Amino acid sequence: MKLSKKWKSLGLAASFIITSSAAFAAEPLKVAFVYLGPVKDGGWTQMHDEARQKLEKALGSAIKTTFVENVPETADSERVFRQLAADGNKLIFATSFGYMEPLQKVAKVFPNVKFEHVNGFKTAPNISVYEPRFEEGFYLIGTIAGQMTKTNTLGFIGSFPIPSVMRNVDSMTLGALAVNPKVKMKPIWVNTWYDPGKERQAAETLIAQGADNVAQNTDSPASIQAAQEKGTYAFSIDADMASFGPKAQLTGTTEDWSGYYIAETKKVMDGTWTGNRHTRWGLKEGMVVMAPLNSAIPPEAVKVFEQKKAALISGDLKPFAGPISDNTGAEKVPSGKAMTDTDPAFNSVNWYVAGIDGSVPK
Amino acid sequence: MNPLVPMIAATVVAATPLIYAALGETIVEKAGVLNLGIEGMMLIGAVAGFAATLATGSDFIGFIAAAAAGVALSLAFGFLTLNLQTNQVATGLALTLFGIGLSAFVGHNLAGTPLPPLPSIKIPGLTNIPVIGDLLFHYDIMVYLSLVLFAAVQWFVTKSHAGLTLRAIGESPSVAHAIGKPVLLTRYLAVMFGGACAGIAGAYLSLVQTPMWVEGMSAGKGWIALALVVFGTWKPARVVLGAYLFGGVTQFQLFAQGFGLPIPTEFLSMLPYAATIIVLVIICRDPKTILLNQPASLGISFHAAA
Repeated sequence: MKLSKKWKSLGLAASFIITSSAAFAAEPLKVAFVYLGPVKDGGWTQMHDEARQKLEKALGSAIKTTFVENVPETADSERVFRQLAADGNKLIFATSFGYMEPLQKVAKVFPNVKFEHVNGFKTAPNISVYEPRFEEGFYLIGTIAGQMTKTNTLGFIGSFPIPSVMRNVDSMTLGALAVNPKVKMKPIWVNTWYDPGKERQAAETLIAQGADNVAQNTDSPASIQAAQEKGTYAFSIDADMASFGPKAQLTGTTEDWSGYYIAETKKVMDGTWTGNRHTRWGLKEGMVVMAPLNSAIPPEAVKVFEQKKAALISGDLKPFAGPISDNTGAEKVPSGKAMTDTDPAFNSVNWYVAGIDGSVPK
Repeated sequence: MNPLVPMIAATVVAATPLIYAALGETIVEKAGVLNLGIEGMMLIGAVAGFAATLATGSDFIGFIAAAAAGVALSLAFGFLTLNLQTNQVATGLALTLFGIGLSAFVGHNLAGTPLPPLPSIKIPGLTNIPVIGDLLFHYDIMVYLSLVLFAAVQWFVTKSHAGLTLRAIGESPSVAHAIGKPVLLTRYLAVMFGGACAGIAGAYLSLVQTPMWVEGMSAGKGWIALALVVFGTWKPARVVLGAYLFGGVTQFQLFAQGFGLPIPTEFLSMLPYAATIIVLVIICRDPKTILLNQPASLGISFHAAA
């Protein structure tokens, strides 16, 4: 009898230990995401949310994620960040450039919360920034466009002539010139990230002026639809937009953020996360992913594309490898050198490479 | 091909939704009601038209659904401003905000679905005439219907008896009421017409211009339509002219860039809006044009005194 009583108390103690340790394990790391658009925007925000779901799948019950969508890049976002930090989220991903200033303010108030900001350049002891190497994707778009064009005229629908977009039109042109020295590039700036009507008009304008391969750095699939109707080619951005123009979309540059999100969350869990870091990932790390190639692309062109892609991944090929001169003839990158993201000049690109028509909007 | 031809063709397509929305608002304002909710009604029309076309495969049903959705929203506006006599400016602004939110909510699962575009009408013989065929006979049916609508509105306002009643109510509802004209009913019908037109304008965006649904796809066109009504001094012909002018300037900025004209793009993007402001300023230089043409009771609630 005594024995059994002893066993019972032992069992009780044991069960207590088990439940308390279970309680510890059940306290998951809270990770929050702040989105600019709706999660079903078919582009930028959707890719972030798909990565969030992959993160949940990968780390399971060890974490708990939440997201807030449609957060404007205004003082409203500051309130959202504050709320999420106060709710016990330990890691917060801010997935739009314009959250930079609000984030700086909130990060000071919550020194124990870790913040990650996309495409920004201001860091802090608890803010790190991350950015894809978009220029690699656009270089490969240029490789396809340069081979597929019959008119030797390419088009580019730009949002705003800021360095990170200028680099894309430049690297696409360089990629095209590498396979077809006769190509000319025509850029049109629409001064908006998102206006389907205007993007469509810009695409039609470029097509009317002879551009039979048009890429875009704006967010809606309008230019893909225009190309589908006019029988020309287009390239998607952020997401695969082939459903809007299965014949027109040759490929596109998309993002997969999940690798980065999983790596950073793990760092927070094992205590190795640090702030003040700038991370740029490209094709090699799988943050930049090319959309499926259209079957209209002949095998020889696919071969060239694959070679360039492999060279970009191995690092043998740099999009901005010299000699590069701008379209006024001034040398920008000397022969034998390459401009990379550690270069200060990289963040202030405000020139068109030779081969682009027109002058840079001032 | 002559480079001007695609530019003019694109201008027509850009101007068409503005024509629908602005002609509708012209009638509303002629009745003395100021509905600032065009943007909201356009978005509701865009999402309703898209959903209906997606479900039935018929563009015709899409446009009907869009008009019906626009009317439904305008009825809410009518009830508030005409029956409850709320402030028309505030109610119109609320209608826009409501329309933006509601269309995003309703259309949440429609984003990312493509639609086949509306086929353009080919008239055998005419379509193949060089230049003229490209310029005049290459559009979708809604472009031609917008001109029919213009002719109908023009006739209604200037030639018909009902149009005279409408204008009288816009000038002085109390006088019209005193001689037995149905002020409330006329204003309701005008508001509903404006709602239907705005709905169709929205559906033109989501079914013809860019056959897809995306949140906030009207991108401020409802406000431009409002400005066009003043720009055209409440005269249908000038409103339509203004819409083409605005569409043309919007197009010109893109073509100018494509041709590599050395003009700053920010300046070009500003051009359509700057042109609108300049014309408005010129119109207002002569106070008579505004005074003579603006409905005297525009924006003022009417309460039948006796």
